[in-house]
Amino acid sequence: MKLPDLTELALRNLRESLLRNSLTTVGISVGVASLVAMLSLGTGLQQLFSRRLEKSGLFDTIFVSSRRELRGMDRREERTGPTPGESRVLDEGARQEIERLGNVSEVYPDIRFSSELRFEDKPHLTMISALPLSAKSNDAFDGMQGRFFTSDTATEVILQKAFAEELLGKTPALGAPEPNVAELAAPLLGKELTMVYAQRGASAAQPAATGGDKAELNDSDVAAASYSVVSRQERLTIVGILDLDPESLRGPLRARVFLPLRFAESLRVMQLADLREISRGGNGQPVYSSISVRVKDPSKIQGVEDAIKKMGFTTFSILDASRSLQQVFKVLYAFLGIFGSLALAVASIGIVNTLVMAILERRREIGIMKAIGASDGDVKKLFFAEAGAMGIVGGIIGVGLGWAIGQVINFGTNIYLKSQSIPPEHFWAVPFWLVGFAIGFAFVVSLISGLYPAGRAARLDPVQALRYE
Amino acid sequence: MTTFPAVSSPRGTVAIRSESLCRHYLMGENVIRAVDGVSLEVHSGEFVALLGSSGSGKSSMLNLIAGLDRPTSGSVVVQERDLAKLSREELAKYRLHVVGMVFQSFNLIPSMTVSENVELPLRFAEVERSQRNSLAREALERVGLKARMDHRPSELSGGEQQRAALARALINRPQLLLADEPTGNLDSHTGLEIMDMVRELNLELGMTVVMVTHERALAERYAQRMIFLADGKLVDDRPNEPISASGEPA
Repeated sequence: MKLPDLTELALRNLRESLLRNSLTTVGISVGVASLVAMLSLGTGLQQLFSRRLEKSGLFDTIFVSSRRELRGMDRREERTGPTPGESRVLDEGARQEIERLGNVSEVYPDIRFSSELRFEDKPHLTMISALPLSAKSNDAFDGMQGRFFTSDTATEVILQKAFAEELLGKTPALGAPEPNVAELAAPLLGKELTMVYAQRGASAAQPAATGGDKAELNDSDVAAASYSVVSRQERLTIVGILDLDPESLRGPLRARVFLPLRFAESLRVMQLADLREISRGGNGQPVYSSISVRVKDPSKIQGVEDAIKKMGFTTFSILDASRSLQQVFKVLYAFLGIFGSLALAVASIGIVNTLVMAILERRREIGIMKAIGASDGDVKKLFFAEAGAMGIVGGIIGVGLGWAIGQVINFGTNIYLKSQSIPPEHFWAVPFWLVGFAIGFAFVVSLISGLYPAGRAARLDPVQALRYE
Repeated sequence: MTTFPAVSSPRGTVAIRSESLCRHYLMGENVIRAVDGVSLEVHSGEFVALLGSSGSGKSSMLNLIAGLDRPTSGSVVVQERDLAKLSREELAKYRLHVVGMVFQSFNLIPSMTVSENVELPLRFAEVERSQRNSLAREALERVGLKARMDHRPSELSGGEQQRAALARALINRPQLLLADEPTGNLDSHTGLEIMDMVRELNLELGMTVVMVTHERALAERYAQRMIFLADGKLVDDRPNEPISASGEPA
């Protein structure tokens, strides 16, 4: 029998027992809806995460460190290429070389140091980081109280909320509600902090000139690497309080106080890399433990990353992180898919039941069809078509239902988020592939459910079937 | 009235041959010998009546000839096909193209219109829709039901339903028409109308007709040969002089 005839007969048969077949189709719809709801939640969460990462500016940023930096992010690279001791130094020359690469928009050193900050004569120890002016577009600054730095060299400081709480002595106990960022900002904005830091000064001694102990000072390279460390103070004006944490991905190294980049560079703060490089003997130029490279277009990130690797540095970008993230989401999808499919599995039993009932009811009809020339295959295909039609119709309704459930939950959750002063989010997404997949899956599950009834109908003895009243 | 093309088998050749045909059923521990060693020959274009009391095995014999059932032993050869040796698929094709069947209880599908019932075998034969429509119209016109083609079987009288069943049996232009008590559910006048149509098909198209009936008068009126069965065995096989359409012996 041809497909259009088969479809027509199947739909006619389904219409004959409208209530029963509708109930079975509703069962499939609920199954598909649960599958769609689960998977669209997974997709929505993934998209939300990607959106966050994209907005954080991390998608177009490559973090570069020297292989001499033993905390390098990709240990695999150490197996090839020079050993860390022989590797290239990440200095100003290297920075400029990277800046000249194609598709690079900005290269800036990662200045990060721990320091003491005095506020109202009380010392507070914290990690400080420098930010370029381009960081203003980072979504962490969206809900900031106050303003961003006026210039790249301003003696201004932005505090993260947790540090502001510490300054005001308002650090909440575990589980206690956090104070509102606006409440924290009011007494702090415009106030001054005193930063005490270790400055790397010019060489205090000129060993080559003194002609001292040869064992220590004869080597001119070592002499050039020597410098003095001076304790300095700088008064800074608090201009902004951040609600969010722009460095949340950095873990324990994340800073809670931020300075303008050029200003921070001018301070020549002593950093860990300086100590390490003194053993190597350098030319007195500043050495960076890591630098950040911003790429004009996120799609070019791989090419730039490869070029930097060829220069002998270790690189890390969010692309690497997103690869692991994709693995995590694949597992999440599998789990959500399995749970979502359970309802569909139950619905498939409904299909078997409905079709077996249909065989009993239409026993005589099957006998008539066989008597007038229907083959076993024709009868089998007819029952398959009925199962498939229920699957497709159930699938379409189920996708609509799943989408509606998603919208309702999204709406409800956003009302809750709003009541908690959290900006609304779209964490529910039904992409086109999911629509196609859900309908296709319902169709396949229905066909599988139709296997047994269709086989049973095809095997009916026509003589027995014709006797059936 | 539209006429069907002639059925291909030449008159006089053997259309059906059974040899020691048996169909036994097991009922608990008892063996029911529904057909028990029947050997017969039916020639192309013949109108044969299978007669016997209830349980004599005439319907079982007809089911074996129709390819709806398989013999326990012996053979039944129709148009040079040994039905016992055909696969299920081949038997379905045989029923579709060689045999047309008419039943006592009409056996129309109630959810379909008369026209859809009639064209159903053409769907199994994968005939195009436009051709199906014209063939169904033609068949219904032949049995005088053209005006009722869009009605459901339940809206038709018994005679009309049997005429629709006859149109369905003829739609694939079979060489063999098998009728199982075709007038059993009809009043005598309507029964004769149906039988006149069957005779017309037999005479005009040369279609071989095997009719199961327990009404001897009906067999004597239409059949050229009467075969009597009792307890599954062939007990008598005699020629008959049917009465012509005009009421005279043919």
